[in-house]
Amino acid sequence: MNRTHSPLFHISKRASIPWYISWAIRAAAIVAAMLVCALVTMLLTGADPIRIYVTIFQGSFGTVRKFWVLLQELSILLCVSLAVTPAFKMRFWNIGGEGQVLIGGLATAACMFYLGDKMPSGLLIPVMIVASILAGAIWALIPAIFKARWNTNETLFTLMMNYVAIQLVSYFCNIWDRKGSGIVGIINPNTRAGWFPVLAGRQYLLNVLVVAVLTVAVYIYLRYTKHGYEISVVGESERTARYVGIKVEKVILRTMLLSGALCGIAGLLLVGGTDHTISTTTAGGRGFTAVMVSWLAKFDPIFMVLTSFLLAFLSRGSSQIAQNFGLNHSFGDILTGIILFFIIGSEFFINYRLSFRASSEKEDGSHA
Amino acid sequence: MKKTLAILLALLLALALFAGCAKTETPSGSGAGSGTTTPTEAPADAQVPAPVAAASDMEFENDSAAADAAAAKAELAAVLPKVKVGFIFLHDENSTYDKNFIDAAKEACEGLGVSYILRTNIPEGQECYNAAAELVDDGCNIIFADSFGHEDFMIQAAREFPNVQFCHATGTKAHTEKLANYHNAFADIYEGRFLAGVAAGMKLNQLIDEGKFSADEALVGYVGAYPYAEVKSGYTSFFLGVRSICPSATMEVTFTNSWYDEALEKEAANTLIQRGCKLISQHADSMGAPTACETAGIPNVSYNGSTVDACPNTFIVSSRINWVPYMETMIVNTAAGKRLAADWTGTLANGAVELTDVNTQAAAPGTVEKLEEVKAGLISGAVKVFDTGAFTVGGKTLDSYAADIHDMGDFQPETEVIKDGEFEESVYRSAPAFDIDIDGITIIDG
Repeated sequence: MNRTHSPLFHISKRASIPWYISWAIRAAAIVAAMLVCALVTMLLTGADPIRIYVTIFQGSFGTVRKFWVLLQELSILLCVSLAVTPAFKMRFWNIGGEGQVLIGGLATAACMFYLGDKMPSGLLIPVMIVASILAGAIWALIPAIFKARWNTNETLFTLMMNYVAIQLVSYFCNIWDRKGSGIVGIINPNTRAGWFPVLAGRQYLLNVLVVAVLTVAVYIYLRYTKHGYEISVVGESERTARYVGIKVEKVILRTMLLSGALCGIAGLLLVGGTDHTISTTTAGGRGFTAVMVSWLAKFDPIFMVLTSFLLAFLSRGSSQIAQNFGLNHSFGDILTGIILFFIIGSEFFINYRLSFRASSEKEDGSHA
Repeated sequence: MKKTLAILLALLLALALFAGCAKTETPSGSGAGSGTTTPTEAPADAQVPAPVAAASDMEFENDSAAADAAAAKAELAAVLPKVKVGFIFLHDENSTYDKNFIDAAKEACEGLGVSYILRTNIPEGQECYNAAAELVDDGCNIIFADSFGHEDFMIQAAREFPNVQFCHATGTKAHTEKLANYHNAFADIYEGRFLAGVAAGMKLNQLIDEGKFSADEALVGYVGAYPYAEVKSGYTSFFLGVRSICPSATMEVTFTNSWYDEALEKEAANTLIQRGCKLISQHADSMGAPTACETAGIPNVSYNGSTVDACPNTFIVSSRINWVPYMETMIVNTAAGKRLAADWTGTLANGAVELTDVNTQAAAPGTVEKLEEVKAGLISGAVKVFDTGAFTVGGKTLDSYAADIHDMGDFQPETEVIKDGEFEESVYRSAPAFDIDIDGITIIDG
């Protein structure tokens, strides 16, 4: 091969690579990320990077309590990620998870607030479950109807619905707290009406179990059911879907209903299971973080356990760094950003091959 | 240094009482001192007699007192290292309110030589309980939280960990929860606000005298966070301070419904300026309002601390709560094993209510002297902020008002707070209760 001009390297799509190579690339990316983090840490703070890493681990595994908090954070984040995933697989960019969680939480809180003294917990909790699922589902269905009927931009629509939900929560906080502080406080602190039962003395165990069941359910739904298949086809190509007789509008509406319902459950778990209050920060940005969790796991619910673990772990680690080293939380976020950059970047090297000039000649030769 | 000394003296007084009972006993644990009346022990419903002020009045009387002081100091030095302090903050140093609290935490702990842990960016939800429980796991004996919405979660933690003291600033429920280890704190910041208002009134008068606007146009703008007692008490006392100097002044208030929203606060300040406000003050925690004022060249009276670095031309003065005396009292008493009072109220006299340095660049001439004069009047009681003769409600003088002091979730006012021609602010609990809309203040839609 004699070229007058050949570039330093060129990029080509890989056909497919064995799983161990792709995992080796991912591992290399994490090692590289850790090295860059170490460098940034030393340059910016002068702190010992090894101690920083140890501290990140302590943030999640330092004590039994920290481990349970990690599990709780992981579960809720995973629940929201599971919720947005069916829509993403369908290429419907639902970034309204935040609002759908909040509105589910608001419905839960409203049941606790208005019905807490009117019915026994045995009846109240089922009412809360139905209300939160309905609220989340309706919140997701509104943009879905507009998308299915008039092909509106779902990204903008679902995003805007977040702000409507935040304002609604803010409004009800001001109604329920008549002092004007905008803070509802713990609902039914004495009667504990509508509080989920504590299993085995572990407050977060119920949440963890519920989300574990949901993970398996969503996995089966997406992978082995007709609905799951239809979602994939619509995601690949709407025209193909129509051609094979799939009612695309119906799939969009049905999938968004599911997406919103799962977000509603996340709101239910947050309000009924742990916080027992509602505020505009109850969802805590999880609706957006979930987008990343879902993407990193390539919409696979089982892998999402890993990616949501990673994000919950890094967030708890950031908090521990802030505490132990007196650094601002933003520093932990910088490290998280670096690590995510490398992980996302590694997918590029899994999907594409970088061929340098010398090696490209060799490879061309071998193919010949 | 002076404050530390005052606290040591307060402790001496307490330990002198202990010395009579058991000389060798080192008090530890929250129940140890419960049988003995100490200066810090107070019935749950009464205002705490400020131990620091009491001790300051005593001074050294003779040599034996000095010797006792040395003994007390030695005793304290023996128990203080056993104390570990945890702090929970809603935001971090970017919020003026949290920065003020964080700085005080560092100063108090480093002054006493106790170890401490700071947890920043803890939301007002289950995260607060988790943070408190983790601080207990880390060995903290006393835990402070700084935000109103942390209260229920601090109470939840206090129930679970009875051997740890939970101290919550700005909360309202300690005196009704009656937990031995849960405590509220606030300061008579309305007196600081009043003083800040005096400085603002002087600035308005200066501008009127210079012919910048007429006396009738002396409109003040105020950016508030939430329309509840803490904020309303704050802006009303500020306004009463303004009007004590500039009687023609009126005020417009707008709420952001957030404690920290820089964009919203800036926008609110700009709206007020466009409506013709000649001076702005705020009770929200970002730099939004002060920077809007600096850009527009409108004088600003700040809160939580000096903003002179960012606003050299418009910053006049700021009132702030100095939390150091509060934290020192709580930590020292915890170390000594004494029961802490349900409510702690800081005052001008015990150094918890402060004004920052006056920025002579922007303030009217003579402001510093006038503030000293009014401050002396407030301390002596000659000047009363919520004097019912100084304001009207719906055109009438207020001679009776029931406030919701006992925050039982019923929102029912139950306590008569007008006494001897004065609204008794922060008397029945440390957190403010003045939530009346008085004449001269207009709330505009934000």
